Amino acid sequence: MINLFTQISKYLNIVFIAFYTYYAFRVFSLADRDKKDRIYRKMKHIIYLFHFVSYLVLFLNTGSFKVAGLYIAQVVAMLVIFSIYPWVYSNISKFLLNHMMLLLTIGYIMLTRLHFDKAMKQFAIATLSVVFCIVIPIIIEKLKKLQDFGWVFGGLGIVVLLSVLFFGVSNYGATNWISIKGFTFQPSEFVKIIFVFSIASLLSKRRDFKYVAVVTVLAAAHVLILVLEKDLGGALIFFITYLIMLYIATSQPLYFFAGLGAGSVASYLAYHMFNHVRVRVMAWKDPWKLIDNEGYQVSQSLFAIGTGGWFGMGLYQGLPTSIPVVDSDFIFSAISEEMGGFFAILLILICISCFLMFVTIAMKIQELFYKLLALGLSALYLFQVFLAIGGVTKFIPSTGVTLPLVSYGGTSILSSVIMFSIIQGLFIMNQDRNEKIEKKRRKTKKTKKS
Amino acid sequence: MRRREEKLKKPKNHKSIPFQKKKSEENMGNQDHTDAYREEELKEDGAKKDGKNREIIHITYVFVGLFMLVIGYFSYFMIARSNEVINNPYNKRQDLLAEHVIRGKILSADGVTLAETVVDEKGNETRLYPYKNLYSHIVGRFFKGKTGIESIENFHLLTSNDNAFVKVFNDLSGEKNIGDNVVTTLDSKLQEIAYDALGNYKGAIVVMEPSSGKILAMVSKPDYDPNEISNMWEKLVEDKENNSALINRATQGLYPPGSIFKILTVLQYMRENPNYKDYKYNCTGEAVFNSVKIHCYGNEKHGEVDIKKSFSESCNTSFANMGIQINMKSFRELCDTFLFNSNLPTNLVYNPSRFVVSGSSNINEMPQTAIGQGKTQITPLHSALITAAIANGGVLMKPYAVDYVENVNGTVVKKYMPEIYKTLMTPEEAQILTEYMSETVKTGTAGALRGKKYTAAGKTGSAEHQEGKPAHSWFVGFAPAEKPEIVVSIIVESSGTGSRYAVPIASKIFDAYFNK
Repeated sequence: MINLFTQISKYLNIVFIAFYTYYAFRVFSLADRDKKDRIYRKMKHIIYLFHFVSYLVLFLNTGSFKVAGLYIAQVVAMLVIFSIYPWVYSNISKFLLNHMMLLLTIGYIMLTRLHFDKAMKQFAIATLSVVFCIVIPIIIEKLKKLQDFGWVFGGLGIVVLLSVLFFGVSNYGATNWISIKGFTFQPSEFVKIIFVFSIASLLSKRRDFKYVAVVTVLAAAHVLILVLEKDLGGALIFFITYLIMLYIATSQPLYFFAGLGAGSVASYLAYHMFNHVRVRVMAWKDPWKLIDNEGYQVSQSLFAIGTGGWFGMGLYQGLPTSIPVVDSDFIFSAISEEMGGFFAILLILICISCFLMFVTIAMKIQELFYKLLALGLSALYLFQVFLAIGGVTKFIPSTGVTLPLVSYGGTSILSSVIMFSIIQGLFIMNQDRNEKIEKKRRKTKKTKKS
Repeated sequence: MRRREEKLKKPKNHKSIPFQKKKSEENMGNQDHTDAYREEELKEDGAKKDGKNREIIHITYVFVGLFMLVIGYFSYFMIARSNEVINNPYNKRQDLLAEHVIRGKILSADGVTLAETVVDEKGNETRLYPYKNLYSHIVGRFFKGKTGIESIENFHLLTSNDNAFVKVFNDLSGEKNIGDNVVTTLDSKLQEIAYDALGNYKGAIVVMEPSSGKILAMVSKPDYDPNEISNMWEKLVEDKENNSALINRATQGLYPPGSIFKILTVLQYMRENPNYKDYKYNCTGEAVFNSVKIHCYGNEKHGEVDIKKSFSESCNTSFANMGIQINMKSFRELCDTFLFNSNLPTNLVYNPSRFVVSGSSNINEMPQTAIGQGKTQITPLHSALITAAIANGGVLMKPYAVDYVENVNGTVVKKYMPEIYKTLMTPEEAQILTEYMSETVKTGTAGALRGKKYTAAGKTGSAEHQEGKPAHSWFVGFAPAEKPEIVVSIIVESSGTGSRYAVPIASKIFDAYFNK
């Protein structure tokens, strides 16, 4: 009976998320605010439904009341978050809020299935992050000074990365963790955001060749330190984000392609200079040959995805724990194995729709600093998703990055929530401003009529 | 609401506000709807004023395109690759599938059931092997760690491609689905002949089709009855009599090649000496090369021999003489391209063959190495592959033991196709080796194959392995020599000469094959 319900629930969840995904794209073609709001409400309801069905399966399979307790706590947190945000910000993007909550929920479900303790920790950190980040939109709107600190932010980023390089501890082969009194975190997750601020600020001021060259040196320094820390995924994310911001700021495709060229040369050199780069590439080319060592993780990931098939094995019916680091970098494989290949594709589409919303917001912003900021963060987000999903599906060599908001990891969650909140702030700022214009327009209209 | 009012109270001077105001005044009047109005305004701004949105759209296209590739690749993996990928012994999810599927059958190419799962009234499943010991290594076992085809095809056996409605019905009613059947390339008649021909000797036999790489039979003795494995397990593992019955000697047994290695020595000599046809040597039964004494089998004096006769008579002294003339470094390269010290193209469990002489080796290694003694070791499967490449004009086909997978209704689900693995030599070289190997049958050491209605070709070997024990008897060969259809590789452990023990087995297999 439990098994039957587990099987039925996997189809149900795919249907729920398919509807959600449909709505997530449908809203882009709607102009009417009420219609949009209706859809946002439906999306919210789907999250609750999906959450309920999944936790029911988790509960039935474990029979643990701790799972039931966690579910109730999560529902309460969701209710609070869904009501407090729109209350503080009347102009909030419910689209982004829904997406953030859904991605977190998918993570909660999978983590509860994998390691209950980690799910608890994830829930606690995520909830605190979301609650505290409620101040970020205000900061974005009020602190206009943020755009004047480009060099300061850049310098700060370098200092933090350097301190990690010298005092950091190794984890999963990369030296990108700092440990303070037993509490470990990954500073590069925050430096990413500071970096986007820095570049947005610098490139919104001047764009002549000499200046751009100096800014490029600053960006290259970030990338180089990350390579030295063996954090290849991080280095790639900084690199691509910078190139995209540079292209938007200067409108010079030449810079973009020159950058890509330089990047290719650098990767070629890195491949020949660093053994850990070669190992990653070899494990990507033929994981089966190296299945006992370097290829083990990717092989297990593909076994999981392949065995799960299009509809998945159902929660608790697969063997995702056979994949090393399944709860963070490889969570996508676990999702695909137990919730199905269709679900996994829908998850990718949801990440894309998130990105499209980020970009839409960026396009509506007039000021270059904020535009670059929004776009830099969009690129940061989607490129990280690309590395995470591409890596575990063997589309590209695995670089060991997390899937934002879904993967386990305190630093990753906090920085992702901050990122979403900043974009939320940019959206609210733009909406507020437009509303002001609107009011003025109405006023003038009245005066004309009279 | 509060915040909005607050904001209105102290309007901040912002660069873009005056501009927006102007814009809104322009657009006013004909636009009434808030959102539509706003979008219109933004569209014009994007185009006229800052121009950055065009770049943003470019980036968006690139990113979305990139993700379409990811989704495309993911789907391609699911549809085309996943079946092959998950059918891997490292995939620990196999036992999960067994909860929903009754393991399929393993069949021979001629339709005989080699392994099947029988379910009794209580629902207990038993894996049965009707031919007991006969296929114990190639079909393998299911209990105590899967081996052979049971292991490499595990996923297909545990996957049901039955009618979708039947499957959904079974799922909902709690019935198990019936797994797919694996149809092997094994010929039950040849397997039986080969098995019986090896008799009570330890040893191994591999029979292949050179043009496709199909494995037609594979025998390894001693063996065991896979039906009884649970009862016999401890005894088999303890292995007091040193039988190593759990080892598949055909793929894992490493033997000194003895004179069958002369195939490679003669090929190397030919490549280094274009005038090899003028080669002459006077065999006196024994001679010293560098500082190593080599003698022919039974100290037989072959007299004056050319290269062909050296080969067909398997003259050790003549080959040692060639051995000290050839370049050790390039001989090593030849052996490496012939898959020594490297992986074989098979998913059966095997041991890589060893060839240790290199450019920096002591020259005293060469006389022994040239006649297949010394430190060289080869598996029967590997010697079958080398012979198959000669029989197939120099082209080695990837060996395979599974022809196709069919569902319970007999519909083919997956077909394995012959695949070229590598070209090992030129057709001319293959032709010359075939000529020498035919001569071995016509006038030389493989006399037991003379006077048949087919013309066979081959090379015998008598590999010395331990003082005071009879040699391992080897034969590798194929038939018909003109258009080879079947290749054999036979080793009979501690029996005596290849001519006497291995060649008659080949003769029985060839007879059975051509009398079909």
